[in-house]
Amino acid sequence: MGIIIVLGIIVLLVIWIVGMYNGLVRLRNQVKNGWSQIEVQLKRRHDLIPNLVETAKGYMKHERETLEEITKARNLAVNANSVAEHGKAEGKLNEALSKFLMVVENYPDLKASQNFLALQEELTTTENKVSFSRQFYNDQVLKFNTRIESVPTNIIAGMFNFKQAEFFEVEVAAEREVPKVKF
Amino acid sequence: MWEIIEANRRKSVALIFILGSVLAALGAAIGYFFTPEFPAEGVFTGIAIAMVIWIIMLLASYAGGEQILLATAGAREVKHDDAPQLFNIVEEIKIASGLPSMPKVYLIDSQVPNAFAVGLKPERAAVAVTTGLVAKLNRDELQGVVAHEIGHIANRDTLFMTMAGVTVGAVVILADLFLRGLWYSSMTGGRRRSSSSQGGGQLMAILMIVAIALAILSPLLAQLLYFATSRKREYLADASSAQFTRYPEGLASALEKISANQDKKFSKSRTLAPMFIINPMAASGKMMGLFSTHPPTEDRIHILRGMMKGSSLQAYEQAYRKLHQNKQLIGTPSLNASQEKGIRKPSPEAQQHNPKKSLRDIKDILHKTAGYGILACACGVKMKIPSNFEHKKVRCPRCGREHEVPLELLAAAIIAQDHTKKSA
Repeated sequence: MGIIIVLGIIVLLVIWIVGMYNGLVRLRNQVKNGWSQIEVQLKRRHDLIPNLVETAKGYMKHERETLEEITKARNLAVNANSVAEHGKAEGKLNEALSKFLMVVENYPDLKASQNFLALQEELTTTENKVSFSRQFYNDQVLKFNTRIESVPTNIIAGMFNFKQAEFFEVEVAAEREVPKVKF
Repeated sequence: MWEIIEANRRKSVALIFILGSVLAALGAAIGYFFTPEFPAEGVFTGIAIAMVIWIIMLLASYAGGEQILLATAGAREVKHDDAPQLFNIVEEIKIASGLPSMPKVYLIDSQVPNAFAVGLKPERAAVAVTTGLVAKLNRDELQGVVAHEIGHIANRDTLFMTMAGVTVGAVVILADLFLRGLWYSSMTGGRRRSSSSQGGGQLMAILMIVAIALAILSPLLAQLLYFATSRKREYLADASSAQFTRYPEGLASALEKISANQDKKFSKSRTLAPMFIINPMAASGKMMGLFSTHPPTEDRIHILRGMMKGSSLQAYEQAYRKLHQNKQLIGTPSLNASQEKGIRKPSPEAQQHNPKKSLRDIKDILHKTAGYGILACACGVKMKIPSNFEHKKVRCPRCGREHEVPLELLAAAIIAQDHTKKSA
């Protein structure tokens, strides 16, 4: 009788541990899934930029510097590896792009061209998609990290070497600024 | 989020059950009315017939409800290359909302701005907007409206709306059939009346009157229930929209523009009315009350603009309670789970929107999907070339320049035409 009870407790314990482990794996996969969504959007963004520079070249003869800056920032972003590196490189790219868009204001022909308008729409949507998938990714990271830190999952996480995931933060000036509301 | 879906499902089941009971009661009353001599058999047959009608209608709507609704509204599917901005916006919100797959995007050729969503499952969902909507709204506003519609899909409102709509439809049809039958039989001899007088008894006469009263009242009752629950869902979809876009002002100013541009002529179908972002039937604005499918637009705008602290569900709930004497809208678990993401800045294009140009672009999209190629002339004129155009050259009607008609243009037009035929 005693043996059966001990065995029963052991079986329950194993089931419990397996459940915790599987829960961690599921969360880690969700983090990975979230990150691959971001990567798809980042790649799209990087692919758009050579097109943009090519289109702009024909119109802006005197802005070589601005265009070169974008290309440089883009190449840096393409070669980024870790999550933190990506965040930094994308921030730089954003800066270069917003500078470029400001310069575009001085070239009405470029601004009105069909090709540029289409590219601008694609850029805007990719940026939105990056920001939306970043929200999703960071939510998953928060869940995963909280689970790793909490008792008792932290023991399992330590045993099987689950590491905390990194948040993806792009440095964008004034991103969280609240706009003035008009009534 | 999950808790909203759960609560929605529970309430939907309850409401469908109540509506089903109304339908069964109606069936029983009708059954009794026609065979007062055998009340048990009559009631049973009446209920059985009512249930069979209901189940057939539910199955039909489950099999192809989306397609039927889209066809009723005259919607045409568009892809990314047809309407890049619209398609991109839907894709953005799909990501923000975490829907499992990309909803289909449809355009309705109408100047009146409006939008609706269908889909019994998120995997089979579709978002339809009118050309007027795309033309009149800027990018941020359009995003707000699309997010409201995807909010309906994510909260499973579309499933509920279809089910409840079908059930109300069954009640209306059954009551209508009965009353017409009654009218007809009283005109041709009145067998019913003689049988009831033969049966005698005051009780029977009273029950007859109750049956007729039920037949007259049940469609009203069913609609009342349906509309009362659909109003709350509109608020919830607005809250979801603010959460997805992180920009409540987009939807607020969109609602303002849409309600200012409503037109009674647009009422494509009464059954579709609760599905649109703003009820096309209530254009006059005086219909607000028990029978409205939507809360007053000014209320919705006021709440969205009252979200001072952010874009989360909590922020919406706070603004809602301020206006509605502290009544609770969103369940506590959802409120606790929702994270504050702040409010984003308006997009740069939002400020430089040219509605006239946009309407022209959107007309081009419709022509493209209808099987026309668009040939642009250097003078700014755009020519519609039908897919069966036989000449190799075409002269611009304004400046007289001659253009060669590119073969790939016609090929693309033919493909587009085939595509719309298939999807229609």
